[in-house]
Amino acid sequence: MFVIKLIIRNAFRHKLRTFLTILGLALAVMAFGLIRTFITAWYSGADAAAPDRLATRSAVSIIFPLPLAYKEQIEKIDGVEEVTYANWFGGIYVDPQNFFANFAVDPPTFFKIYPEYLVKPEYMEAFNRERNAAIVGTKLADRFSWKIGDQVNLIGTIYPGDWPFVIRGLYTGKDETIDETAFMFRWDYLDETMRQTMPGRAGQVGWYVIKISDPNRASEISDKIDSRFDNSLAETLTETEKAFQLSFVQMAGTIIAGLQIISGLIIGVILLVLANTMAMSARERIPEYAYLKTIGFRSFHLVGLVGGESLFIAGLGAVSGLIFLYLVSKPIAIAVATFFPVFKPQPVTLILAICAAAVVGVAAAIFPVTRAVRMKIIEGLRVVE
Amino acid sequence: MTLVQIKNLKKSYFRDSLEIPVLTDIDLEIPEGAFLALMGPSGSGKTTLLNLLAGIDRPTSGDVVVAGENISKMSEAELARWRSRHIGLVFQFYNLMPVLTAYENVELPLLLTKLSKGERKKHVETSLSIVGLADRMDHYPRQLSGGQEQRVAIARAIVSDPSLILADEPTGDLDKNSAEEIMTLLSRLNAEFKKTIVIVTHDPRAAEKAHTIRHLDKGELG
Repeated sequence: MFVIKLIIRNAFRHKLRTFLTILGLALAVMAFGLIRTFITAWYSGADAAAPDRLATRSAVSIIFPLPLAYKEQIEKIDGVEEVTYANWFGGIYVDPQNFFANFAVDPPTFFKIYPEYLVKPEYMEAFNRERNAAIVGTKLADRFSWKIGDQVNLIGTIYPGDWPFVIRGLYTGKDETIDETAFMFRWDYLDETMRQTMPGRAGQVGWYVIKISDPNRASEISDKIDSRFDNSLAETLTETEKAFQLSFVQMAGTIIAGLQIISGLIIGVILLVLANTMAMSARERIPEYAYLKTIGFRSFHLVGLVGGESLFIAGLGAVSGLIFLYLVSKPIAIAVATFFPVFKPQPVTLILAICAAAVVGVAAAIFPVTRAVRMKIIEGLRVVE
Repeated sequence: MTLVQIKNLKKSYFRDSLEIPVLTDIDLEIPEGAFLALMGPSGSGKTTLLNLLAGIDRPTSGDVVVAGENISKMSEAELARWRSRHIGLVFQFYNLMPVLTAYENVELPLLLTKLSKGERKKHVETSLSIVGLADRMDHYPRQLSGGQEQRVAIARAIVSDPSLILADEPTGDLDKNSAEEIMTLLSRLNAEFKKTIVIVTHDPRAAEKAHTIRHLDKGELG
């Protein structure tokens, strides 16, 4: 009890110094948490991938389409339950800065394979009925204040032209990890338009998504699909949906590696800030530690005092930093919603930040603890404060 | 009855292979209830002798026997326990913990004992009453004068009822009046409470209060 009381009072002996140290730690923990949240957000699509879904794309590159005719052949493979397909549309709404993901999807199968997108039956019915209907995520609709029945024109980039759509439905995610910022419209609308304007590009899909009966057979089924199209004009590459998503994430692998290095450096900065404070504090208290030793306090008492103070300050810094992180992550999530639909500090980030603070608290105490423990009483008493 | 017996005590410091003698062949007996002042010029070895008596430094050779226990042969852990039972230390610069109140500072040496909170309270209040600071218990050192701080340090030194009180220049940082008060207090502890006290001082007026004055010069006791 006495040790705890002394730790708390010692920690606030130099209020300004302790406040600045805690503030420094808090800002570093917040920066660490933000970077980890960015990295997590980057991987969120892959993390949300289902183990019983495969993705088939061109073996050459995702930018090369596959024939629609492959669908029937894939459906016949043992273990395949359902097949859907989609095309990346890449349309622009008014201004290129208004970026959001927009896809052409196959209405009867897409939402069956993706049950995490929750669509009301009446929206689904309207989507199936009207050729240029679109279903959009609620966050995207909120962003542009779109309502059911609104007409939205997208300017085609990959598929040139002005593309009018009517919002006929909204979807929500089954949980907060599901992206609610996508814009989905009917693949047959895209295909028919292409058939009229650019017949050479009709009947092609960007990729297939395949629901399989047993996730343990993912590798075997992938091989079967790819071998079916070996030596064809459009050879395929089939992989789990997670691997498919990661292939996009890894395009930014250098940036992520850079961010991970920065987050490691931030831990180093925290360590230096706290180690500096603890070294100063311990130096000032040498005569006090010497007196405590004189009256019978042992080394483990001093370890508790110095180490406890270091951990206490690190803990306050970590808690303050996590509060800051939560306060700033909401406005940041809104600002980056287009690129990171799921931007929210995850429990693993909080645990990492707390562990990092604990490690820093212990590491920062090593030098002053060693000094206090090794100090001879007469040398300590000779030091004049 | 002899409380402290020092026999053939020698203390040297070593700088590389060079031996620097500080105390040579010291023999000293301090009877129980004595009030001894050790005087001498700077560097004469006064504080070193006091530190050896307190068990916070070790002799190069010879024995220091306090209350029948030869402390020169004790391990660090044994010495730490022994000090907490037998020694009350008073320093020139008080060495109070600035974040603790007068009460908490005085309570410090009792925290390692088996006394209950209530018993500790009784001891602390008695000690602070003896030094005349019962009304300053909740004051922090920064709220006290130098003389009051030293009185708190003396209360802390006597709170565990030690066999021996050792004071290193207890008036060295005080004005004349405060120094007089501190020496009167130490005299009272010796006279009324039969405490054995050894002080190291430069100040002849302070030394006058002691019953015996011994001079140290170049490591030899006169």
